[in-house]
Amino acid sequence: MESKKTIRNLLGIVVGMFAFGWLLVPIYDVFCEITGLNGKVTGPSFLSESSKAMEQREVLIQFMTHNNESMPWTFESEEVQMRIMTGSQQEAIFVFKNTTDREMIGQVIPSVSPGRGAEYFHKTECFCFERQTLAAGERIELPVRFIVDPALPKEIGSLSLGYTLFDITDQFTKKDKIANL
Amino acid sequence: MSTVVETHDHGHHGPAKGLTRWLFTTNHKDIGTLYLWFSFLMLFIGGSMAMVIRAELFQPGLQIVQPEFFNQMTTNHGLIMVFGVIMPAFVGLANWMLPMQIGAPDMALPRLNNLSFWLLPMAFGILISTLFMPEGGPNFGWTFYAPLSTTYAPDTVNFFIFSVHIMGISSILGSINIITTIFNMRAPGMTLMKMPLFVWSWLITAYLLIAVMPVLAGVVTMMLMDINFGTSFFNAAGGGDPVLFQHVFWFFGHPEVYIMILPAFGIVSHIIETFSRKPIFGYSSMVYAMASIAVLSFVVWAHHMFTVGMPLAGELFFMYSTMLIAIPTGVKVFNWIATMFRGSITFETPMLFAIAFVALFTIGGFSGLMLAIVPADFQYHDTYFVVAHFHYVLVPGALFGIISGVYYWLPKWTGNMYDEILGKTHFWLTFFSVNLTFFPMHFVGLAGMPRRYPDYALQFADFNMLISVGAFIFGLTQLLFLFIVIKSIRGGKKARAEVWEGAENLGLEWTIDSPAPYHTFTVQPQVK
Repeated sequence: MESKKTIRNLLGIVVGMFAFGWLLVPIYDVFCEITGLNGKVTGPSFLSESSKAMEQREVLIQFMTHNNESMPWTFESEEVQMRIMTGSQQEAIFVFKNTTDREMIGQVIPSVSPGRGAEYFHKTECFCFERQTLAAGERIELPVRFIVDPALPKEIGSLSLGYTLFDITDQFTKKDKIANL
Repeated sequence: MSTVVETHDHGHHGPAKGLTRWLFTTNHKDIGTLYLWFSFLMLFIGGSMAMVIRAELFQPGLQIVQPEFFNQMTTNHGLIMVFGVIMPAFVGLANWMLPMQIGAPDMALPRLNNLSFWLLPMAFGILISTLFMPEGGPNFGWTFYAPLSTTYAPDTVNFFIFSVHIMGISSILGSINIITTIFNMRAPGMTLMKMPLFVWSWLITAYLLIAVMPVLAGVVTMMLMDINFGTSFFNAAGGGDPVLFQHVFWFFGHPEVYIMILPAFGIVSHIIETFSRKPIFGYSSMVYAMASIAVLSFVVWAHHMFTVGMPLAGELFFMYSTMLIAIPTGVKVFNWIATMFRGSITFETPMLFAIAFVALFTIGGFSGLMLAIVPADFQYHDTYFVVAHFHYVLVPGALFGIISGVYYWLPKWTGNMYDEILGKTHFWLTFFSVNLTFFPMHFVGLAGMPRRYPDYALQFADFNMLISVGAFIFGLTQLLFLFIVIKSIRGGKKARAEVWEGAENLGLEWTIDSPAPYHTFTVQPQVK
């Protein structure tokens, strides 16, 4: 029957578009990776051979630390900024302190600005890859090791590495609760 | 056409008696009536919320409500007007008129039609009930941006999500029904390019609905998971991104704004040709214009979010694609004017509303073009200029389209003419107050008054008082509309079959008696 066929096709569109809505999530991530939008650092943790052969130059790296809304920890970088040479391994130290009297979990989300420079920022080690659990009053120092690619476009003279620290204690206890159901 | 015979087992008699008539009805006219009354009720509920908002903004400072409640009012006003008034009213008009315009005895799926309607009171019952819960209803704006609607939302957000799901299902089922009806139940001889423009406008709208309502369902499901199951679609702490929410939402949201205007284009086209006593100018260009607007609506969504921090290439793309929509829209406006040109025009109430629609919708379109300009949008973003813009396209746009359609077809539904003097009074009061309400919003917006706040800086006081006075007049005037509709149901001058002079040549609906019998076109007419 004609209408059965029409209805089947239309239901197909509905299911397809519902799937497409969910597909927008990975599409968005891939799009941000390709364009370097949001300053997401996605490059490999090493330099390519062609980059190694390029001439080195001096760039300014600035560090910024923020606490998201009510996160009570103190979170600072030891240096505000560094003049470094491209192509060589660098290290910056960040200090975390849990100022509360309970154990908390934090997670740091990085962002490189300008976004176009993000793909030339190679992180070899970063605390942002994992969540940090700090006991009451605990203080730790964690390093970020990185190499700035000599292929960084000439017009970019400085890069800012911004870190935002989120309190994810509740989320994890919530997830555990669901896992234990 | 065999579907028709099978699904029509309620026979040859009139409507059932009592309440069950409305609960169990599968008659397209009954369901259309239900949709229209539901939408009318919601207009007064959503309208009362607007009155609360305007009463609070009558003077600077906080007088009547607390900011928390003010936020619930702005949010629910938007949600109810979009999903509870404009959309159900168009679906109601579609239910009433589509079968009669294409010469079909009923909708293709009458039982599904009943379900589509009865889902709506449930959805809005749930949504409105949250206002009486201790935490209060949704308070994050009708666009429910994350993380306001996730991390910071009241717990009642779960009711909101459930209610959006139900509304979405209702719209999707309704659209499937409409498309199936149009494709399979047209009278013999009615080719696609002979369909009345209201039918065309609904065919395109229904496709938009089944394409974007599932995306809305997806985005609220993601919210539900973020809130209750610890996922991080929109939560930056877990690697998600709140900007993603805006992209997915507006991927739904922009086609949604055309869903709310295209059927009005169809209605207004019929009214202008009827009262200009000339066939519509450029019929096929009208169809292609609507189709191009629909297609373009999928590639312009990010113009709602120019200020999130997009690369320049993205901003330029969305700016130009948005401006491109002005071309098919312009084609429509010029066609309406060309239809009126040298016509023998009379100014009955539906025509007055239709002409006001053309003029005022165009103002809303122009302010839309201003908002499309990226550098200017950084100034206009989230100010009352935006509020002025979308109210101009939704109130004297979509709502005037609906009101003019109701006046136009009311004699066909009730068999009685409405009171013309009261109708014209309704029009002039509405026309005056709608402009008094929304025009000064342009000025305060350009001067920098932000939207969604319960208070404002002192220099905006005079204009806001004017706006509030306009809004109160507008609100009260709609009670007159209710009175006119009831008066026409209860009696009045009997309407002829064609109702309007010469209308019998303009569409099949004017060839049947007034009031339209409970069953029409049980034998399909032949269209030449």
